[in-house]
Amino acid sequence: MLLEELSNAFGPSGCESEVRKVLIPVLRDRVDDLMIDALGNLIAFKRGTAPEPRLKVMLDAHTDEVGLMITRLDKNGLLGFRAVGGIDERLLLAKGVLLGEKRLPGVIIAPPVHLSKPEERKKVIPIEQMAIDVGASSRDEAQGLVQVGDYATFDTRFEVLTRDGLRTVKGKAFDDRIGCAVAAAVAEGEYEADLYLSFSAQEEVGLRGARVAAFRIQPDLAFALEGTICDDMPKDKDVSPTTELGKGPAITVMDRSFIADKRLVQLLVDQAQALDIPVQFKQPGMGGTDAGAIHLSRTGVPSVALSVPCRYIHSPVSVASLEDFDHTVALLRASLQALPRAWQQA
Amino acid sequence: MELVPLLKRLSEASGVSGYEREVRAIVSEEFGRHADQVWVDTLGNVVAHKKGVGPEPRPSVMLATHMDEIGLIVSLVDEGFIRFRHVGGYDDRVLLGQEVTIHGRRDLPGVIGARPPHVLPAEERKQPIGRDKLMIDVGLPPQEVADLVRVGDLITMRRHLVELKGDLVTGKALDNRVSVVAAAACLEELSRMRHRWDVYAVATVQEEVGTKGALTASHGLRPDIGLAIDVTWAKQPGAPDEYTYELGEGPTIGCGPNFHPKLQEALVETAKALEMSYHIEPAARPGGTDAYALQIAREGIPTALISIPERNMHTPVETVSVKDIERTGRLLAAFVAGLDDDFVRRLAWEGELEEGPE
Repeated sequence: MLLEELSNAFGPSGCESEVRKVLIPVLRDRVDDLMIDALGNLIAFKRGTAPEPRLKVMLDAHTDEVGLMITRLDKNGLLGFRAVGGIDERLLLAKGVLLGEKRLPGVIIAPPVHLSKPEERKKVIPIEQMAIDVGASSRDEAQGLVQVGDYATFDTRFEVLTRDGLRTVKGKAFDDRIGCAVAAAVAEGEYEADLYLSFSAQEEVGLRGARVAAFRIQPDLAFALEGTICDDMPKDKDVSPTTELGKGPAITVMDRSFIADKRLVQLLVDQAQALDIPVQFKQPGMGGTDAGAIHLSRTGVPSVALSVPCRYIHSPVSVASLEDFDHTVALLRASLQALPRAWQQA
Repeated sequence: MELVPLLKRLSEASGVSGYEREVRAIVSEEFGRHADQVWVDTLGNVVAHKKGVGPEPRPSVMLATHMDEIGLIVSLVDEGFIRFRHVGGYDDRVLLGQEVTIHGRRDLPGVIGARPPHVLPAEERKQPIGRDKLMIDVGLPPQEVADLVRVGDLITMRRHLVELKGDLVTGKALDNRVSVVAAAACLEELSRMRHRWDVYAVATVQEEVGTKGALTASHGLRPDIGLAIDVTWAKQPGAPDEYTYELGEGPTIGCGPNFHPKLQEALVETAKALEMSYHIEPAARPGGTDAYALQIAREGIPTALISIPERNMHTPVETVSVKDIERTGRLLAAFVAGLDDDFVRRLAWEGELEEGPE
């Protein structure tokens, strides 16, 4: 499964090479041209079947994931680090990580409960006081193994949780490798419009890859494909789950980064209805996507975001439903096929 | 003996206190290779009996290494999500974002879910997540979860043993499977040595909930001396210096009221004779290990404690030095081989009665 390879690949923001290497051989047969730009965006071009001039559609999915960066080698051989992208520091203690080019295994240490005073256990340990143990016992030893500036990811393996029903899977970096998998899937097929698939770098540190990719592509319209917030665990207070697992692809109307183009929202809704695909609207105002950068590119690009709900994004392990994934691919494919005509009518 | 492969099997097996079956099977097999007889007692302790060459009735030494691990237990199935309580003590702060296995009608992989930072109020992120907010997701619809998971099902951490650099290994349940490995190594080494005493290597159950296995095993076996082998805290940031010992600098030998001073001294002499590095670990009051139960079994048993330093104790990434496990096995074997027919008599508080006050 492509999603498995993508999820297991190592790719914190600015270090997305391994993710590109998973995608390139898959895309080669499905597109007409591939290029990698200065920021590390992998851009695939798929020529449309309609006569020129053709509608130019950008599909964006980001390749980077939240991760860690080594910032300090301590005398005792332990390594200090900071978060790359938004990570809740409360979930870092006692996790396995992989570091640097060699994917050196390490663990984030946690003080033994017996030697922690009750009042200490009520405090969150700040990230600057945490450390990774790779087995080095001195700074010299650590220096031979890692360098300041090395990246780290969580050491989490993709796994199928259940083979029927919701067909749930778990793994790291579903935000946004699941979007990459959607884009790679729709690259198979014929469309009247020209497609530019941008597998964008550095979304998690400020939508940086998508901004320059959109500038280069100059699309007529854009779809940001995401693995998005799904907060549907039971809660004491009656708050929105943002999206719910198993309820189909999530359409963004508005988030913190942009307001979606109404015509594109309608296109997705119409196609979902025609195909009898369940869809949900993501709770407005939560999170942001590359669409935030794309819709303001040059003189502006009508954009929408379509997402697979993923529980526990930005943590060591997320959960998603392959039913939702398949529905997202089917809905996007149908919408792209309907596009030139539907767009003209709109 | 290859220590890491055995430790890997033991660490990855599940065996929450009271539910040690899976670990027990591995231990019975391993201990069985080097013992005259292996059996399982009423509470579930694995006892391996290795006979000495001294004249009968031979004195005996019991090695106690607990094989249970701390874990979680299902307390409520809530809209398809699973809430839990603790069996033994995890710090709640390490649980968020961990992978677990729920031992339900079948083993179910699950995730202790963390709400994404996007939806969390800033205030909430400043406090550790409350125990009441932690729950497990097994990725199944509510009805299926209800069919497969019951209140009372056990939950273990889902972690593979990972080798780090510098001979460190990290994983779950190394407290106290490392000592089980040390005991197995001791038995193997003893099979190449002559020892006069009988040895009972016991992998005890239910240590983490109050040293229960050691209590009944020591009663049943009635050893002349008892050695508990467990883990202790290794040096690391966040742990006070005076209670911690460097990884890779050898085992610690306990001193304090829980331990017989002459037995402790004999262990120190053995370590010195082996030119093995070790530390003395003071414990001002008894508690926390199988030594607690051993010392007060029956009429009382001279007891000592050997501990292997471990980082991140009671987390899924407990970390130890393989060298320290190997040393502990060697120290145990040398100590047992050095026990002579007169050793018990020498442990007596000799002379005190004869030389009483005028």
